[in-house]
Amino acid sequence: MKKVLGILFVLAISISALLLGGCGAPKKELNVYNWGDYIDESVLRDFEKKYQIKVNYDTFTTNEDMYVKIKAGGSHYDVLVPSDYMIKRMIDEGMLEKLDFAKIPNYRYIGAAFKNLGYDPRNEYSIPYMWGTVGILYNKTMVTGQPDSWKILWDKKYAKQILMLDSQRDSIGITLKMLGYSLNSKDPAELEQAKKALIEQKPLVLAYVVDEVKDKMISGEAALAVVWSGDAVYCQRENNDLGYFIPKEGSNLWFDALVIPKGSQHKKEAELFLNYLCETGIAYRNADYIGYASPHTGAVKKLPRDLTSDRSFYPLPEDLKNSEVFVDLGSRMKDFDRIWTEVKSQ
Amino acid sequence: MVKLFMKRGYLFGIFLFLYAPIIVLALYSFNNSHSRGVWDGFTLKWYIQMFQDRQILTSLYYSLVIGTIASLVATVIGTMAAFGIDNMKSLPQGTVMNLTYLPVLNPDIVTGIAFMLLYIFLHLQLGFMTLLLSHVTFNIPYVILSVLPRIKQLDRSMYEAALDLGATPALAFRKVILPEIMPGVLTGLLLSFTLSLDDFVISFFTTGSGVSNLSITIYSMARRGINPKINALSTLMFVSVLTLLIIVNIMMARQKAVKSKEA
Repeated sequence: MKKVLGILFVLAISISALLLGGCGAPKKELNVYNWGDYIDESVLRDFEKKYQIKVNYDTFTTNEDMYVKIKAGGSHYDVLVPSDYMIKRMIDEGMLEKLDFAKIPNYRYIGAAFKNLGYDPRNEYSIPYMWGTVGILYNKTMVTGQPDSWKILWDKKYAKQILMLDSQRDSIGITLKMLGYSLNSKDPAELEQAKKALIEQKPLVLAYVVDEVKDKMISGEAALAVVWSGDAVYCQRENNDLGYFIPKEGSNLWFDALVIPKGSQHKKEAELFLNYLCETGIAYRNADYIGYASPHTGAVKKLPRDLTSDRSFYPLPEDLKNSEVFVDLGSRMKDFDRIWTEVKSQ
Repeated sequence: MVKLFMKRGYLFGIFLFLYAPIIVLALYSFNNSHSRGVWDGFTLKWYIQMFQDRQILTSLYYSLVIGTIASLVATVIGTMAAFGIDNMKSLPQGTVMNLTYLPVLNPDIVTGIAFMLLYIFLHLQLGFMTLLLSHVTFNIPYVILSVLPRIKQLDRSMYEAALDLGATPALAFRKVILPEIMPGVLTGLLLSFTLSLDDFVISFFTTGSGVSNLSITIYSMARRGINPKINALSTLMFVSVLTLLIIVNIMMARQKAVKSKEA
């Protein structure tokens, strides 16, 4: 036993010596913080080879987790990928660096519809990376007719065949939409109505899920599910009986965008990286791997026609006229917390 | 007869419950489909892809390095602390033991955020060192708690007898005390290694750019669906631990056999 311990100890010392020794070299580096499984890994390797810059790549799970890490300081990231409302909040709190678009010429490929959006109205801080909607995924063999409304989630015919998202902002948001209100509503009366509707719907719901939704829908365990558009693409590839639509009342339209946080120590490399991600071939590989809609005009052209011509996944502006982008609710978020807790505990 | 059958059945039920998830996970690591819902034939592609995924390999590397160093350092510090605590008078001993229990009972998220705030307050850059420091720290109480009972059982006269027979205190400690408390030390070591591999919450808050362990990587992948590469990795880790356990057991059995022969 003692021998084993001794060997382990020597091993540990030598590994730590190796690690510390590696720190001295002044090699160019870039620290990227992205969502999990949200890039084609080979793109990172190609970037390293092309520019001789080492990429340290980390992943996070929610905007809030990422925000806490950045806000607290101490960690040094150069590129982040927050969503719309979080970008707005970070801009307002002075946490983001202005981008030098002269150094990012490939920005010209980003579609005009994705510029000057509400979260970054003057296009100073962010470059859209992926975008999508929230909609309903349904099994054509189990649902009759051509559904087009959120109301189908309240249809007693589908009792115990409905999957809801276990995400308070999304679920309360679509309920507000169903009732004809804004999904960013702060009006207590409207929120109260949404709460009532959700409680009324509860007996019909099979389960509140996040990630499991994909497996359940592919294996035909449920008829209807609230999903993000990228998940819908994935599910349809696995099961041809599935259809997806954006309800006519409108939905949530979301964007994940690339930004550089204040205090980045490798701003030059970060801009090089952003420009690289906006190259047509690279943007195509990422869009193909991830499955969400790309704001990159060149990449969209290269993707399969039957995907990009599908208005559920690449909706036209008129399909989105009722849809909204989340805004940061600030302290009103507590109401969403409270409502969701009350719904779940019923 | 019926009683024996019931006993066995009960035991079987418990083990089935414990191991069923692992068996399912191992099975799905060979599933050709990306989805957990459908079985689509046997494949090894997730294992191949896993060894090509640099993010997973880097996280595995950090998990093992942090786990190894943190558990070793914590074991040394914790064992020494246990001796110190054992030698205290009863009032300070009670106080120190309560202070030891506190980090164990404290919710991880509180510990994690507290660590993060401390490091930022001290202007330490979050990264490998801060992650390691946190892991060492949260492991120490577990080592103390597993070594201390062994020390309490120790027969003091053995140590004194060794001294009487001419051993230096260091030699007596090495030859007499250490073998006696070894099971406790090993338990502490293994416990802290697994806790360190396992920890997500504290690691998430105390690590910085470029350093992620497996739990952080796996957790963040979950938003887009657990990639079957993770199933492959988990299966491999489970099999390695199992093999290690079997080897240790065989070695111990052999040692025992040799000892009983000598006697």
